[in-house]
Amino acid sequence: MIAGIRIGPGVRLTKMILAALSLCLGIVLGSGALSATASPAPTPTPTSDFTNTLTIGGVLRDGDNVVEGAEVTVEGASGFSEVATSDDTGRWSVIVPEKAEYTVTIDPETLPDGVELRDPDRDTATVSSSEWQTNSITRSFPLGADTRQTTGFFEQFLQRLAAGLNFGLLIALAAIGITLIFGTTGLNNFAHGEMVTFGAIIAWITAVLLGVNIFVAMLIALVLGGVFGYVQDWLLWKPLRRKGVKLVQAMIVSIGLAIALRYTYLFFIDGSTKTMNVGLSDAIVLGPVRITTGSIVSMVISIVALLAVGLFLTRTRVGKATRAVSDNPSLAAASGIDVDRIIRIVWVLAGALAALAGVMLGLYRQVSWDMGFQVLLLMFAAVTLGGLGSAYGALVGSIVVGLFVELSTLIIPADLKYAAALVVLIVVLLVRPQGILGRKERIG
Amino acid sequence: MDWGNIFGNAIGEIISPTTAAYALAAIGLGIHFGYTGLLNFGQAAFLLIGAYAFAIPTLAGAPLIVAVLSAIICSIIFAFILGIPTLRLRADYLAIVTIASAEVVRYIVTTTGLTDVTGAANGLSGFKGTFAAINPIPEGRYGFGPFVYNEYDWWIRIVGWTLVVLASVLVFLLMRSPWGRVVKGIREDEDAVRSLGKNVYSYKMQALVIGGVMGSIAGIIFILPRAVQPANYTTGLTFFIWTIMLLGGAATIFGPIVGAMIFWVVLSLTQGILYGAIEAGILPFIDTTQAGQIRFILVGVALMLLVIFRPQGIFGNKKELSFSV
Repeated sequence: MIAGIRIGPGVRLTKMILAALSLCLGIVLGSGALSATASPAPTPTPTSDFTNTLTIGGVLRDGDNVVEGAEVTVEGASGFSEVATSDDTGRWSVIVPEKAEYTVTIDPETLPDGVELRDPDRDTATVSSSEWQTNSITRSFPLGADTRQTTGFFEQFLQRLAAGLNFGLLIALAAIGITLIFGTTGLNNFAHGEMVTFGAIIAWITAVLLGVNIFVAMLIALVLGGVFGYVQDWLLWKPLRRKGVKLVQAMIVSIGLAIALRYTYLFFIDGSTKTMNVGLSDAIVLGPVRITTGSIVSMVISIVALLAVGLFLTRTRVGKATRAVSDNPSLAAASGIDVDRIIRIVWVLAGALAALAGVMLGLYRQVSWDMGFQVLLLMFAAVTLGGLGSAYGALVGSIVVGLFVELSTLIIPADLKYAAALVVLIVVLLVRPQGILGRKERIG
Repeated sequence: MDWGNIFGNAIGEIISPTTAAYALAAIGLGIHFGYTGLLNFGQAAFLLIGAYAFAIPTLAGAPLIVAVLSAIICSIIFAFILGIPTLRLRADYLAIVTIASAEVVRYIVTTTGLTDVTGAANGLSGFKGTFAAINPIPEGRYGFGPFVYNEYDWWIRIVGWTLVVLASVLVFLLMRSPWGRVVKGIREDEDAVRSLGKNVYSYKMQALVIGGVMGSIAGIIFILPRAVQPANYTTGLTFFIWTIMLLGGAATIFGPIVGAMIFWVVLSLTQGILYGAIEAGILPFIDTTQAGQIRFILVGVALMLLVIFRPQGIFGNKKELSFSV
């Protein structure tokens, strides 16, 4: 293959010295250096003009750190094979004989501890013959030291499981409001997502803009969220119930309210996403799981809030009345329960819980004008999965949705995770239309 | 403020291809909701499927007729996928499932894994060639007053509005046929129709397919003056189509058309007036981006007021209300 190409003796000498040097470097730095000596002797064939040296090279970096001692093999079609080792600046290069096709392979075994390929399947890159417009070609291998990407499947699974539980509990907080409103009034409230956003925006204003302690901000959001629910029922939903507006009509009214509220938020806080930087973002390592303090705080608060709601519904007079109204409003009214008052309480409760969920969703992710709307369908999916109108169903459905959203990223691309949860909703409706904990007569 | 320009733009919206596309989509939705009583909150998905099923074959070199057929067939398939699990469910379940399916479809075309096919978040463009090639209008600018467009713009408008008229005639003929009476019967009382021996499920499916195909053709008209952008097919699009349909009257022939015209004229007018007022310094506390947002606040409020105070729309008959649940 090199016949007919004249090689200047001086250049060859230079090449041999270089090859020997890189070999020494390999022995000193790389663990797999012996395999390099076993490979066919490199046959670099630069032309007599040194500037025409053809090289394939690159720089290996892991974030800001250079990666030293990693081996990259360049193989050509006609048996050419040479191993280059990255030097102390992370640079590696191989001189190749002709403008042809080559395969560039990085040996993941030679990467330092804690550094791995970002995508383990992408350890090979190709150089095609049409790419030789210049005399050197660069190939890069994205490296990452992120623990999530370097850990095994089981660790990843645990990590996702924790995130899924956290997300599921957040959805549950908001979804219980949806299901209580549906149970007592029959309304599918499409403006519930905006109640979530409301809480997040209040917390962002108080905690970030005004610098109030995040837990105080949470309390303020909780209270104002309840007030928001009260005002909504007082000004809109109660008059509509009096007017005898049908349920589908009311549902479309809630869509209109959602659009109006969402764009009102956009009007005031603009379209950028805001980070709730309130000092809860330190990571804690619990065995294989890395979790932020914010996530732990939000999980604890969610569980406490959910327990409180559960106790309220089962132990208090008002809670029992709520369940009675949910079961049969006419019968409840006949037995002396003030149905309007119960509905008002449900709206306050739903508004407060949604606002709380919003604050924690803001901590968990970010605050933006349409954040509530983004999770609205997941909340509906959770409520429908659990069985419309059932508070425990909403909890179970939410956990299922939360886990599914996070665990699905182990298999499918992350940008499809919400789609996966919604597909589950459709599939469950096919086999069990009343939901997991729903009663059969509810599907009508 | 340049009132001439503001009114000119607003009046131009009356015959714009976007208005035609929304009108056609609203006619389709009218068959679903207005006549059959199906709460379809996934009409955006039909527009999306029409758009992608037209653009992808066209970009692959398929002739116009193949691309249009592909859009129609894909929307029929989607209607079946949507209908089989949901049409037996109660109305509010149907609403949630249709809105979820529409979002699933949008997530799928936006995913980066499919960039080669759908262009992911960037969408698709460059598919207008086959449609422009059969344009019989010679090159030039035509029209009078505010309606001055080039030959391609006129061609889209003529084709779009012809399709709207054809769809309206089809709906008119369908709804005075025996089929239409059965479908309206399903809207009023499903069980009564079932007791007469009619296969309610099958009728609902047929209605879903017909309205869906109209939605998908609307999707083609919608993209012809622009590019395919997945961000256009959010649930917001569905809700705007709902607003248009309810504005005109859900179970009416002219309702969706007039609804679409009013919707776009009012949007254009408010935008023009707000922008003009901001330029003139009358509204110093808002900027033009915020002015755009005010319009959508108004859409939301209008939708609420409409449903509360005039649920039958402009042309509707209060006896033909579809809010049975």
